[in-house]
Amino acid sequence: MKSFSLLSRGTGVAFLAPAGLLVGAFVIAPFFWVIFVSFTNRSLLGRTAVDPDFVGLANYFSLFDAATFFTRGEFGSSLILTIQFVLLSAVVGQAALGMLLAWMLQSVPKSLKHVTETVAIGAWILPEVVIAFAWFAFLDYENGTLNMIMEALGFPPGDWLLSFPFWAIVVFNTWRGTAFSMMLFNSAFASIPPSYFQAADVAGASSWQKFRDIGLPLIRGHVVTDLILITMWSFNVFTPFLLTSGGPSYRTEILPIYTYRIAFRDFDFGKGAAVGVVVMLINLVFALFYLWVMRRRAKGVAA
Amino acid sequence: MRIHLHALWLSLAAATTFASPTFSADLSITCRCVEGGVNSELAAWVKKSVIPGFTKMKGDGVKVTLTEFAGSDEQLTQQLALDFSTGAGPDVAGFDGFLIPSFVEGGLLKPLDELAGDAVTKWDGWSHITDGAKALMSYQGKAYGLSLGTDVRVIFVRADLLKEAGIDPTTWQPKSWAELLDTARKLKAKKPDSFPLQINAGVPMGEATTMQGYWMALLGTGEQVTDDKGRYIVSSQGILDTLNLYKTVYVDEKLGDQRAQLLGDGRNRTFANFRDGKTAMLLESDWFYRSVTAPGSEFAVENRDQVVTWAKMPAKEPGKGIRGQDFVTISGGTGFVLNPNTDEKELAWELLAFMNSKEQLAEFQKYEPRIRIRDDVEIADAPFLAETSQALMPLTTARPNDAKYNAVSAEVQRMTEAVVSGELSPEDAMSRYRDAVIRIVGEENTVSLL
Repeated sequence: MKSFSLLSRGTGVAFLAPAGLLVGAFVIAPFFWVIFVSFTNRSLLGRTAVDPDFVGLANYFSLFDAATFFTRGEFGSSLILTIQFVLLSAVVGQAALGMLLAWMLQSVPKSLKHVTETVAIGAWILPEVVIAFAWFAFLDYENGTLNMIMEALGFPPGDWLLSFPFWAIVVFNTWRGTAFSMMLFNSAFASIPPSYFQAADVAGASSWQKFRDIGLPLIRGHVVTDLILITMWSFNVFTPFLLTSGGPSYRTEILPIYTYRIAFRDFDFGKGAAVGVVVMLINLVFALFYLWVMRRRAKGVAA
Repeated sequence: MRIHLHALWLSLAAATTFASPTFSADLSITCRCVEGGVNSELAAWVKKSVIPGFTKMKGDGVKVTLTEFAGSDEQLTQQLALDFSTGAGPDVAGFDGFLIPSFVEGGLLKPLDELAGDAVTKWDGWSHITDGAKALMSYQGKAYGLSLGTDVRVIFVRADLLKEAGIDPTTWQPKSWAELLDTARKLKAKKPDSFPLQINAGVPMGEATTMQGYWMALLGTGEQVTDDKGRYIVSSQGILDTLNLYKTVYVDEKLGDQRAQLLGDGRNRTFANFRDGKTAMLLESDWFYRSVTAPGSEFAVENRDQVVTWAKMPAKEPGKGIRGQDFVTISGGTGFVLNPNTDEKELAWELLAFMNSKEQLAEFQKYEPRIRIRDDVEIADAPFLAETSQALMPLTTARPNDAKYNAVSAEVQRMTEAVVSGELSPEDAMSRYRDAVIRIVGEENTVSLL
């Protein structure tokens, strides 16, 4: 294949240079710096701030220390908590609920569809801090909206953020992100030729049969894309901190919050960097998987 | 296009020139003080007395601004640590003295005389400040800042609630933990939905947990956080007794408000409980009297002089406290430090010295009466402060002046939270504390007394 270009090679390099420098200074260099720091006991306060020691893999060993791995407030327990959080809030919550909503929207009047879309998009575009504050007010024990509703209906009020902190952040993240999945699935369904469904209608297929045999198979690629993206996002989300600060007693300390605590509240930069590196490796696996799927899809389209 | 760019550059250049005229100097102060909020008196004093006075003395070229930090003590510490490490931050910063060792070891603070030289050593104020007051903001013999004064911790008591339960508040002074708990039980029986006794615990309250809660109980068992050789005690009967006291209060008998110890805004909840008559006995520093419940503030108690009284914190049993004492307390001190990276070293020191001049501290007495660090400032007419300091200063204790204390204190907070929330038994919480402290200071610097 003959390659051609609009610009000479030199001009291309010149155009890329500013972006390259910025990426180098603000992404690549810190990246290697973090890896380097993770092999030291560097801190912000105390002697090791000015004179850190090289400690080899000690930070990593302490993360995976079998004796404390499952203790609440340690890396392992935080990792497990994060996996539960992602499964429940992203996969079950956002994706499944988004799918249900998107499918239901296929068969409702246009006006209702527009209203639903607008509301869902609203939840998606609001700043996270605003949403977190709204949820905080909603779940508050003494003056929260939810407890007012509970009392009006004759139920006892619940101390949601203290008694069910994990479920609070799961519901919060589901509410926050469902709109994205819904919109993505919605447009994916819209790309299916209506004649497929009309033919199924003529054959007397139920909604479930249409979904199972026509809708889902044809948007499979979108589902995979969606799952990977929202898994990565939920894995790295920090906003639940605004609801629970990771507490009480670390019961909502998902990995991003754990990393923040170790590095910027305990000021243990060495261990914090080690957590950062491990989290980055996990993200890398997600990203590689995503790229692999994308490439396979691109090939499939070409073939 | 080109003309537009020219215009842009010109206006940018103009803006930067006007924004920073070369003949002037800007100073900034930050403290956890908000007019109408936390430490309102401090903010008012700085804004209405210190800044006008200083700018008048220095002339128009000097501009001083106050940043009123509304977050928690821990958040301010976090902010200052990050600021100082990157060369940013205010020139003069409100600071808790116990943090000085860890900041100094981390290279985040410089001694005053190293920063501002002769002006510091020749300051006439030093001769009016006792060594004890200097020590509050010093490490290894060097002063890093100036303290606003020291404090003591007591049990604040709602006399009206004690009377309702048939206890005479004027003579009430528990002589042991058992007596303290008995009173709490009586009050709880009288009002089942109240939380008569509040002893701070948990992570959100930060150092307030360690000082007002853990230390106040631990000292009553005859122990401190470190032994007399400076080694951290990681397992002992004293720690267990302290944790069991917490367990009794928050888990077994619900004598205290457990939620207030677990939630982010918990300390304010304990203040509100005391104000609203839900809590009758609250362990707090005299700051609670000077600032939190001062007339006009958010947690002001109506008819404070009639309704609020105080008692000394008893040892577990008479004579079983630290140094064989019957009663215990602990002191710390907050003040102001200089930013090690300040561009205006001499001027920043001048401001700090001006804040601690006889005139300014005397002026401060009008905002917040307190025993000031200068012996030439008249003692305010405040019977509460006179009585408490007279009764408690001879009994008091100080925290270890050690760079690792801050990190160990965070583990103390975690340990108490695990017990107060009912998550761990005192034994398990202590064993986790033991492991954590060994990781921080190394096993050779710890000792087990069990």
